[in-house]
Parts: sequence; C-alpha cells; structure tokens
Amino acid sequence: MNRFTYVRPVTVADAVAAKAGAPAGRFIAGGTNLVDLMKSDVERPPRLIDIGRVPGMDAVTALPDGGLRIGALVTNARVAYDRQIAAAYPLLAEAILAGASAQLRNAATTGGNLLQRTRCHYFYDPSMPCNKRTRGAGCAAIGGVTRMHAILGASEHCIATHPSDMCVALAALEAVVQVSGPHGARAIPMAEFHRLPGDRPDLDTTLGADEMVTSVDLPAARFTTHTAYMKLRDRASYAFAIVSVAAALRLRDGRIEEARLALGGVAQKPWRRPEAEEALRGRAPDEATFDRAADILLDGARGQGDNDFKIGLARAVLLRALAQAAAGGSDAQGGHARA
Amino acid sequence: MPPSATPPRRDAADSTAVAITLTVNGREHRLEVEPWTTLLDLLRERLGLTGTKKGCDHGQCGACTVLADGVRINACLALAVTRDGAAVTTIEGVAAADGTLHPLQAAFIAHDALQCGYCTPGQICSALGLLTEGHARDADDIRELMSGNICRCGAYQNIVAAVLDVARTERAETAA
Repeated sequence: MNRFTYVRPVTVADAVAAKAGAPAGRFIAGGTNLVDLMKSDVERPPRLIDIGRVPGMDAVTALPDGGLRIGALVTNARVAYDRQIAAAYPLLAEAILAGASAQLRNAATTGGNLLQRTRCHYFYDPSMPCNKRTRGAGCAAIGGVTRMHAILGASEHCIATHPSDMCVALAALEAVVQVSGPHGARAIPMAEFHRLPGDRPDLDTTLGADEMVTSVDLPAARFTTHTAYMKLRDRASYAFAIVSVAAALRLRDGRIEEARLALGGVAQKPWRRPEAEEALRGRAPDEATFDRAADILLDGARGQGDNDFKIGLARAVLLRALAQAAAGGSDAQGGHARA
Repeated sequence: MPPSATPPRRDAADSTAVAITLTVNGREHRLEVEPWTTLLDLLRERLGLTGTKKGCDHGQCGACTVLADGVRINACLALAVTRDGAAVTTIEGVAAADGTLHPLQAAFIAHDALQCGYCTPGQICSALGLLTEGHARDADDIRELMSGNICRCGAYQNIVAAVLDVARTERAETAA
C-alpha cells in the first residue's frame, strides 16, 4: 500500500474543504473496496479523508414526502435489516442481502456502495492496460477473458460492469443521490449518477471530484408487494452477479399499472429503459408481455465472446423475476431479507 | 545568516503517525499507528495477537474476522485509524477469563468443525457476530450468513452443525 496522510474532518463542510485541498485524495468510510484497491496498487491516494465520524449521515430518517433518507454512512447491513426499509422497500433489502458477505455488509456504507469500482480483473491488475485506471492506456479486457463483462452500453474503450446489487434496486426504485460540494448541495437521480464508459471510462459517475455523497433518498414507496430481486452468480452466495434483475410491479384488476425494471451485471451502470417499463403498463402480467419488455430492455445487447451467454441468460432471468414479482414477491418473503 | 537555533520543521511525510485508542479483549491500548496499518496487522504484529489469521488479505476468505464494537468485520480491510476508540474482540478474547470455552468453541470441538484449523478463529468470531445479529433460524440461513468464511478443508457440514447447535440452545434459553 502506498504511503498517505490521514485527516478526519468533523463536518461535511470540513470534509469537502479537505477534498478541495487534496484533489487526488479519497474519502474513506467503511474502506472495504478502497483499502482492497490500495493493496492492489490500483488506487494510490496521497491523502485519505476519513468521513466515518461526520455527524448527520448515519441514520435512516423519514422525509416529508413519505420517502426515506438513508445517510451515506449507514452500513449496508443496517439498511437491509432496517424495519422501515424491509417493510416498504423489500426490493432494496433483498438486493443488498444478495451481495457481499455479512462481514462486508457490516462495514460497507451506502455511499461507498454507490462509489465502488468495477471488479474487472484487468482493472484490478496494474500490469495490464486499462482505460479506467489510466486514461488512454488501452483495454486488456477487450479480446481477453470476458465472462464477467458488459453486454450493454459498453464502448471500444471499456467493457467493465458495475458490481453493485444495491444500486440495481436503487435504480429501479428511482432513488436520488444527495451530494455536497464547495458550491453547495445538489440532487442526482440514480439514472444519472453512474455513467456509461464512452471515451471516458475513468469516470464512473457524474459526481464531481470535489463533491461527496451525503445521503440516498427513496421516494414514497409505491412498490412493496410485487417485487423481486433475482441474482445469478457462479456460486450460491458471496459472488458478484453474472446477471441480476430488479423487478417491481404495481398490479390492479389483473393488469400492470406501473413497472420498474433494472438489470445488474450487464453494463457499467444499472440498466434501465423506461420504454420497456412503458410496454408493461396496462397489460396483463403474462409471458408475452414480459417477453416484449425483455426485447426492449435487451435491444442492442452484444457479447464479447466469453459472455455471449449472458444475453439469453438475462432474458431468462428477466422473465422469471417478472413472473415472481407478479406472483406476489419473491423469496424475500421467507428468505434472508426478513428482519 | 547564522543557522537557526530552532529545529527544522518536520516534513509532513515524517509525521503521519496517528494516536489512537483501542480496547482489545477488554484491555485498553494507546497506540501511535501509521495510517496504512490495517487492524489485522496491528493485532498480529503490534499486539502479538496472532490468533486472528491473515488468509487472502483482501476480504474474500474471512480468516481475519473479528468483532468491532460487537459487529463482525474483516480486519484486513479496516485501517486501524478508522477504528479509533473501538472495542475489538479477537479469538483470544472469546473464552472466559478462567479458560472456560465459549459454547461456540466447545461446539466446534464437539462437532469436529475443523481440520487444519486456520480458518477457525475467523469462523468462530463470525459465528459470534451471526448469533448477535439474530437473523439465522436454520441451517440454510447459517450457510448463507457464514458465506464470508471460507474453509479450504471443507469442514462446512460440521461448522454449520456446530453453529446451529449453539443457535438452537440460545433460542431455547431465550424462550425459557
């Protein structure tokens, strides 16, 4: 690990000022991804700004509009087992519990989960060229071993995927990320928070280099009874998604009144297409309807060779997750999401 | 100009050590640590508590699991400075002061829940955290919620049996 200096600001303003004074520095809270990246020499920050004790970011609180605010420092475990979240946003609880291990969820924070880096093996190996690690260096993944890589939204510069499960649920639930910077606070909708690689794969998000995440706001719950998070991975637990699906439906009189769909493990951001959700609206929750939504959501999907199978797999998981959501929720009712 | 009598100002790189306090297994330690020191290295190298193991050193195997303020974490991914003020329990602090084994330790022996033993301190600290969290009700839950602890010898069947045994006993005692 590289040598660095360490500061521990006690307010959001101090933290933002510390970052302004050390642009190449990094905020640290749980550290579960950053410390790992530093051990691999992928990250070499000259300064760590420990925001773990900044007050006001460590609680789940009710918002006036009926939504919930999750402070950036609330751990993944606390979110997943929070009674309000489990009751109103079971999709989020289920997605979080599908990721990582109990130890990691106890340390990893909400803000850190949003900002975690790809698990592309080439990104993690400083001996390999990587445009995400070093701008303009080239991409060793393209033409390499691509089993875990993107099938949607990739570019000729980067085919990495975003590894989070939590973010897939947050995207489907249309959460809003609250951030603070030297010029004040602003809100970034989840759909705009993560970026596709384009010609700047070094930029994972639209967060400014001088900004920090302070909370994630959930809108008033609209999807509580017919949701499903389904994740396929190489072993039964504690592995990143090959493909995951967050499906949320609102049913009325046997028809879909409203739907949200997001895919994980397939792109550099949770993959949503409002047109796919629109295609479900007003229809009966049957396989023909689900199939049409899958056509739209997966339109333009392209494999890299080793991961060609993910296109068909994503469709199959989508259909199953939608059927499960329509049937009244998933294993979350009796599985590990229970509090 | 004559040389100044005041000593040269210490360069920032020379003064990176941070003063922290950690309570480990009930004993308070005041320490100066470099900020890049992980909790795992601090426990093993500075405090001589080598019961906590370094396996993968990347948060993938769980051999370094300890309890920080009662919550199980991977000590290899925690910088010691970020845990300033925490109360840490390692495997050395699990048994009673008189040497009486914790029921989990006894259950691991009774169920033969280990072969080489390298993962065992992490397994036991992880299982302690699991019992406190209170979300495991059956063997499937235990398998899922212990998935952050890898056992290369493959003693999983007996590890699950040992944890389940203690979880059932605790529940029975709570109900009684």
